[in-house]
Amino acid sequence: MERSLGLLEKEEAPRDVVQGAPRDVVSPRGPGPPGAGRLECGERSRDFAVTPSNPSAVEPVLQAVGLSRSFGPIEVLGDVSIDVRCGETHAIIGENGAGKSTLMKILSGHLAPSRGSIRLDGETATLAGPVDAERRGIVLVHQEIMLAPDLTIAENMFLGREVRRGPVVDDSEMNRRASEAMRVFGVEAPVTVPVERLSIAQRQLAQIARALAVPHRIVIFDEPTASLTPVETTALLRLIGELKAKGVAVLYISHRLEEVKAVADVVTVLRDGKKVATRPAAELEPVDMARLMVGRDLLALYPPRPPAPARAPALDVTNFRADGFAENASFSVRPGEILGFSGLVGAGRTELFEALFGLRKGGGDIRLDGAEQRWSNARAGMRAGAVYLTEDRKSKGLLLEETIGTNLTLAALDKFRRGPLVDRAKEAHALDRAIQRFDIRVGDKNLLAGQMSGGNQQKLLLAKMMELDPRVVVIDEPTRGIDIGAKQQIYRFIAAMAAERRSVIVISSEMAELIGICHRIIVMRNGRIAGEVAGDAMTEHAIVVLATGVDAKEGIEGA
Amino acid sequence: MTQAVHEAPVAATRRLNLGAVAPFLALALVCGLGAAANARFLSFDNLTNVLARSTFIATIAVGQTLVITAGGLDLSVGAMAAFIAGLEILFLNSGLIENTTLLIVSAMALSLAVGALCGLFNGVTTTLGKIEPFIVTLGTMGIFRSLLTWLAQGGSITIRSNDVRAAYRQVYFGDLFGAPYPVLVIFGVAIVGAFILYSTAYGRHVRAVGSNEDVARYSGINVARVRTITYVLQGLCVAIAVVVYVPRLSSASAATGLGWELVAITAVVVGGTRLKGGVGRVWGTIAGALILEVIGNIMLLSNVVSEYLIGAVQGAIIIIAMLAQRGLARNR
Repeated sequence: MERSLGLLEKEEAPRDVVQGAPRDVVSPRGPGPPGAGRLECGERSRDFAVTPSNPSAVEPVLQAVGLSRSFGPIEVLGDVSIDVRCGETHAIIGENGAGKSTLMKILSGHLAPSRGSIRLDGETATLAGPVDAERRGIVLVHQEIMLAPDLTIAENMFLGREVRRGPVVDDSEMNRRASEAMRVFGVEAPVTVPVERLSIAQRQLAQIARALAVPHRIVIFDEPTASLTPVETTALLRLIGELKAKGVAVLYISHRLEEVKAVADVVTVLRDGKKVATRPAAELEPVDMARLMVGRDLLALYPPRPPAPARAPALDVTNFRADGFAENASFSVRPGEILGFSGLVGAGRTELFEALFGLRKGGGDIRLDGAEQRWSNARAGMRAGAVYLTEDRKSKGLLLEETIGTNLTLAALDKFRRGPLVDRAKEAHALDRAIQRFDIRVGDKNLLAGQMSGGNQQKLLLAKMMELDPRVVVIDEPTRGIDIGAKQQIYRFIAAMAAERRSVIVISSEMAELIGICHRIIVMRNGRIAGEVAGDAMTEHAIVVLATGVDAKEGIEGA
Repeated sequence: MTQAVHEAPVAATRRLNLGAVAPFLALALVCGLGAAANARFLSFDNLTNVLARSTFIATIAVGQTLVITAGGLDLSVGAMAAFIAGLEILFLNSGLIENTTLLIVSAMALSLAVGALCGLFNGVTTTLGKIEPFIVTLGTMGIFRSLLTWLAQGGSITIRSNDVRAAYRQVYFGDLFGAPYPVLVIFGVAIVGAFILYSTAYGRHVRAVGSNEDVARYSGINVARVRTITYVLQGLCVAIAVVVYVPRLSSASAATGLGWELVAITAVVVGGTRLKGGVGRVWGTIAGALILEVIGNIMLLSNVVSEYLIGAVQGAIIIIAMLAQRGLARNR
């Protein structure tokens, strides 16, 4: 791994940083360049690291023993025990609210357990906080992006551990190591550009690279692939394989069960804060995992496709461009049709639609039911009957510190006016209706949007835009970071919209879901529309070929 | 996540209540201290005097509450007050209208119009010019102050006619059924401000823009217009304060309204409005303005601390208020 993650290299990187107790190691925040990437797992595990085929024979490096955590009277995690071994990838799966994140927070020192204990190398350990956990070699890769937006990838990666040459920071060296670290993911990421200007996927990769720069022997990934496209996901899974081979213990949380199947050695399923099962991954198919998570058989994940009528297009876009991101985009979508937009990170899908809705600079011809349109801001599109649901729920979609009701009516507030006043009664009525229609699960209607789970937030965003009763709905990454139960519901809502003769455009990095719900998929590459697939021609292989311009079948099957 | 879902409502309500109530508790505490320090504090005359004197800051601070809630800031309010006061007095001295009452009413209308225009200038420059409000209003602060100094030729502008002066005095010193006009003005402005912020769709947009500009934009809200209007409302509030202020001294000079911007912002923050926007508390702002005035009053009455230290005390208050807010936020 030192070789592949150039970031971790140290001029005279010793092969083995420490033998035995890792807490005596120099602090990762200490002076000098980032230390060599890995702490040893211990003598025994080292022997076994080369034979991960039988990992359960190894003594666990990290044990959760009867961990429980309550918030007030509510127990969100009850008596969960797991063993994590070196050279083993242990996946934790479960629906939102099952307690996965709580468990990860406890194991990484962000949260103290109410009961139970953590054992490191068989000895009971109390983690004083995330810094203490890192010093002991436990690293958490957060689901949320935690990078300073004004700093570059390189600056972020070395934040607090800057490489110095005398009294000044050695930017060229840090940039070199950062781009090497990013190249592991097969992404040519501009490491000298402020993080703010990067796509979410690029930020996610930078964050992973940053976390792995800390000396580690246990790495916890919290939904690392939520915003990645297949190519980057493949690269990440390969990286995890390398970590494993080096004897690092990996804890892996994901909603993508195929991915779990591909990467995990052991799978633990949580449901309602309790451990349901721990099984070798080889014994579990994704469908079994889903059944264990939900506690019942899932019906088909994708709803039946509503028939698309061969009628004149509702939205017709010609020669549209998003300055600096996409150009020459022409496409149309018919009433009742679900049109997918696929492509790699940086292909310009999101930017194209943001420009279409006047949210960034761009231009071209837009026709809605034959009438020429010019949308200089989101309001103009809404008036014409077209809405865009952002991929970035938390920072562009919802006011996290306002109530559900305020969020629901924000875009369609004109509908809830009586003179200059907001009609609270009508608003409350709309909230009840939306909660029912979109199955938004909240105990308390005065909840703030930021306190809801990802699935509920996505449903709320959908409900918010549907208050405008649009004829054209563009949904960007509709199921990012939400659990399988909520996903299934979102697919049904999308199908229902199409059945109501609305035109739906779905932008997604998950090819499987586009294939599962769309009538037709347009694939973008480098800011241009590379092609289109429909009907039986919609296969992952066909999409990847269009998205990359090369036959990348092997790369994908690696995932 | 489950824990958030279940845990949060309790915490949210508790935080809202504490945050909203704290300024009033502080005001009660300060008044109690005043009563203990000097028996004269609670006399009707003293209390109405305190209220009347707080009118200018309270009125301006209500406008500032809207500006700050929308994620802006207006440093020019003190200088703007001086500029509007100068123009109003010049108009009163111009003798363009014979009838005294009509002259005064016209002068007031002129003040409001000038205030709105000054605010519009601040607003348009920040939003369309895409310049930080801190910079824009720092610039207009210098411009307004300098214009007044120029109009007054370095000295002061005073109402010349004794008739006008006597008639206009009523606006500050007169009362309606025992309630002094300035006190009515405070409550009138606060009621309208609270109505705008809490009950209207526009007020909701103000909060949304201050809370997260991107979300507002993606929700089809015209962010620039919402922000610009807050500055216009701020200008109107400054003008209202000036209309009540001018009859008090009947003159304006380069020292008029000096430092008001900082006191107004202090009142807003002490009142519980979040400085980075999204959360605004109009009544808290009124409480904040009163706290500042009452403390000044106590210092005058009690002689324990020199009144020359008022600025230091006010400075300490804003820091304490921020610490208290931080503490409340951490407690949840």
